[in-house]
Amino acid sequence: MMTFDAQLILNHLPDIASGFGITILCTLIACFIAMLLGLVVALGLMSKAKILRYPVRLYVEIIRGTPFLIQLFLLYYGGPSIGLYLEPIEAGIFALACNGSAYYAELFRAGFNAIPKGQLDAAKIIGLSRLQIIVRIQIPQMMVLIIPGLVNVSIILGKETAILSIVTVPELAFVLIGIGAETYAYAETLTVLAVSYLILAELTSRFGGWTEKRLSKYMERSI
Amino acid sequence: MNKQTQDSPIVEVQKMSKNFGTTQVLKNVDLKVQPSEVMCLIGPSGSGKSTLLRCIAFLEQYSSGNIYIEGEMLGYNDDTDIRKLTSTNELNHVRRNMGMVFQQFNLWPHMTALGNVTEALVRVKKLSRREADEKGHAILKKVGLAERALHYPAQLSGGQQQRVAIARSLAMEPSVMLFDEPTSALDPELVGEVLQVMKDLAKDGMTMIVVTHEMGFAAQVADTVVFLDQGEILMKGSPKEIFQGEKPPRLEQFLKNYMDRNAFWE
Ligand SMILES: Nc1ncnc2c1ncn2[C@@H]1O[C@H](COP(=O)(O)OP(=O)(O)OP(=O)(O)O)[C@@H](O)[C@H]1O
Ligand SMILES: [Mg+2]
Repeated sequence: MMTFDAQLILNHLPDIASGFGITILCTLIACFIAMLLGLVVALGLMSKAKILRYPVRLYVEIIRGTPFLIQLFLLYYGGPSIGLYLEPIEAGIFALACNGSAYYAELFRAGFNAIPKGQLDAAKIIGLSRLQIIVRIQIPQMMVLIIPGLVNVSIILGKETAILSIVTVPELAFVLIGIGAETYAYAETLTVLAVSYLILAELTSRFGGWTEKRLSKYMERSI
Repeated sequence: MNKQTQDSPIVEVQKMSKNFGTTQVLKNVDLKVQPSEVMCLIGPSGSGKSTLLRCIAFLEQYSSGNIYIEGEMLGYNDDTDIRKLTSTNELNHVRRNMGMVFQQFNLWPHMTALGNVTEALVRVKKLSRREADEKGHAILKKVGLAERALHYPAQLSGGQQQRVAIARSLAMEPSVMLFDEPTSALDPELVGEVLQVMKDLAKDGMTMIVVTHEMGFAAQVADTVVFLDQGEILMKGSPKEIFQGEKPPRLEQFLKNYMDRNAFWE
């Protein structure tokens, strides 16, 4: 029969908490950079200029077509050969951000396209600039439309942080797998690990739902 | 209301043609719209009315010919042999005095009525938020929506939304307003309130080009009615000439269809 040694977890609680903190930190920073990058990539994907559109499309296809682990290795182990020396956590966050940007970009692109063209005509004729139209008309509406998709990608990025343990980022998976290897308490450590990701995913999803509700007030018919 | 002024036209279209790919949808269109003139464009579906209006707004690039807004070439650099598009800045400069109202309203749904009206005041005219709000409230009042300033478009009826759209254009103090079937998406009982706002505008001397299926409005308000058929202007004249005078068979047929559709007893 399997026993669950709660005391073992409690003994390592400070380490585990610190790992959880780093996981959350990596997720938040990576998601943030990935969204900004994704927005730029999306604008590139929608550009009329082939010289812009084709390379950006290639970037997206490469990211989506290769495993995250390989992207991370390329950056961390391959980086130095082009003079890019990164700390494990820097490489990890940057790789995650690049990875996420491709997926966010596709969402943004779909969101941009979902806004009726007539609204943009109205904005053009009244004299708003390209940038003002993007920032004031398109992004606020597009964001609301794609929140469920953003939540999905963010949850996936949050879970991908586990891969960062391979390049020794002391995030949650690194800590718990380490404790497991030391104490042979695999059941305890892996359970805590799984539950932590579940909590992280649930929090992300709730935050998304809350934001969506707040931002989409304008769509309601009653005042 | 016929004006015989010799003012320079606000909008002048010269031998303008427009192709979509290989199909020509506007052929050699010539138009002059004088200050304070109300011009109604009528014609069958697909005859190119919207396209003509969108070319005058440069929401579509016209293929050949010229369009001048208050004497300035629209959209292209005239002086070069091979036509080049002007920059967005120049384009916005030439059409700075132009407003446009669409069949589908095209309000920005994430902004309140007031937000829609003040957006360009703040971003384009660079008014302060306070000045813009003040002006926005005044204009909403003018179109009868003082009470609705803080409502979102989804919380307004179609007629109210279209009046907000008109107010949004008016806020920029245009010298010419383009309307593309402004009442066609409205329930019949809401058409009147929008037409009334447009009549008031016409009375105040606004220059207007109106694509419409409302023949009553054209007959009452227009100085000039233009009949467009298959991309060509078949007839241009006063409402009296168009509705009561000699006319080409196509126009005869078009008006007859209209009467048949709207007759509800023999
Ligand atoms: N973006 C486009 N691409 C290709 N063809 C187009 C485009 N827009 C309009 N057309 C064609 O141009 C012609 C004129 O269309 P337009 O919308 O100007 O007609 P309209 O007179 O406004 O008709 P309606 O009364 O139905 O609004 C039509 O044959 C239409 O199919
Ligand atoms: Mg039309």
